[in-house]
Amino acid sequence: MSEKYNEIPMAGNIIEPGNSLKYKTGGWRAERPIHTDETCLWVKNGTCGRCWIFCPDNAVVLTEKDGKHAYAYNLEYCKGCGICANECPTQSIHMESESK
Amino acid sequence: MATDNKPAVSIKDMIKKDRILNSGHRMCAGCAAPVVIKLMGMALRGPTIVCNNTGCLEVATTIYPYTAWNLPWIHVAFENAAAVASGIIEATKVMHAKGHFEHEHVDVIALGGDGASFDIGFGAISGAMERGHDMVYMCYDNGAYQNTGIQRSGATFMGQETTTSWAGSVIPGKLERKKPIAEIIAAHKIPYVATVEPSNYRDFITKFRKALEVEGPAFIHAFSPCPRGWRSATGESISLSKLAVETGLHPLYEVINGEEWIMSSASKNLKELKPVDEYFKTQGQFKHLFKPEWADFRKRIQEQVDHDWELLKKRCGVE
Repeated sequence: MSEKYNEIPMAGNIIEPGNSLKYKTGGWRAERPIHTDETCLWVKNGTCGRCWIFCPDNAVVLTEKDGKHAYAYNLEYCKGCGICANECPTQSIHMESESK
Repeated sequence: MATDNKPAVSIKDMIKKDRILNSGHRMCAGCAAPVVIKLMGMALRGPTIVCNNTGCLEVATTIYPYTAWNLPWIHVAFENAAAVASGIIEATKVMHAKGHFEHEHVDVIALGGDGASFDIGFGAISGAMERGHDMVYMCYDNGAYQNTGIQRSGATFMGQETTTSWAGSVIPGKLERKKPIAEIIAAHKIPYVATVEPSNYRDFITKFRKALEVEGPAFIHAFSPCPRGWRSATGESISLSKLAVETGLHPLYEVINGEEWIMSSASKNLKELKPVDEYFKTQGQFKHLFKPEWADFRKRIQEQVDHDWELLKKRCGVE
């Protein structure tokens, strides 16, 4: 935030919805999730998705294009809580220390 | 915004639905409240306004100059989201009649933590339910005032350690039982009351949608684990929530018009409860209960839970 006093909206209102995207929470992470495509049910047939549903930070990115399912993490926001690794029914995700 | 009219319960529909809470919010790692909000977003059916009580969710999602909300959102004070929501409902009606507001109907949702719902804002909720405003009030219950430093609230479990119910040589954490908020609100004879938790997400979304669809007020009691206050592993939040259902600490049910009690989802399929010890073992806030001097107290908690469970089964007509 580097606006001058007269550039700030009246009464300090926040006029842009969802602008917290500018605040990256990835720096909080002590452990990063590592995903393997081989056993993942989303990659296999586009089902499950428990990691996506239960990720508090919307850091799991599931995409579908021409019947192919891709899996990725948005590490700019992932806080490394490990919910995805814990909820994965096929153990396709494990957590690895960031200091490695 | 979320204009799709069907609730999204399958993963393929979910990833297409607009998210209502963006990344970059500053809830703790592993907090289940953003998941609760995400699931709430899956149930929305049209223009929606969210009123938020003070609490973790309000504080951590709207740290100036940022907001994580993609919906119209308002916060006033600790206790009055239900009153604010009542005002918004009436104001939008009048504004629409005068031609100042395009939507004939807006879904108004009031959100509060357990402190704001069980204790501080209880009068405001009770009043709003009695006046019959067409809103959904959702309480996300993490068992204490986690935001201000883990003080005990009406939602704190018996035996739970907080910074105002320290476990030591004199007491084993909180001595009093948890306030049965869903039962109390159901006693207002409002059209719809339900208890939910994130791990049974289909049940959550279906119930929230029902709450939006009924005419008149609806109340949702959502369980929301807090790794910081509970001294539990951050990755276990969702599985703890599931365990709370299986041990009978947070049974899932619906109450229609304050009269018809229906057991639902995982609770209905439960043959018998798991011992509460299994739940207590997973969290640092209950570790003192396993000292020999509190064995009797732990037994008393189990008896209380069993008693409540039998009573609920009787009410719901489940054998």
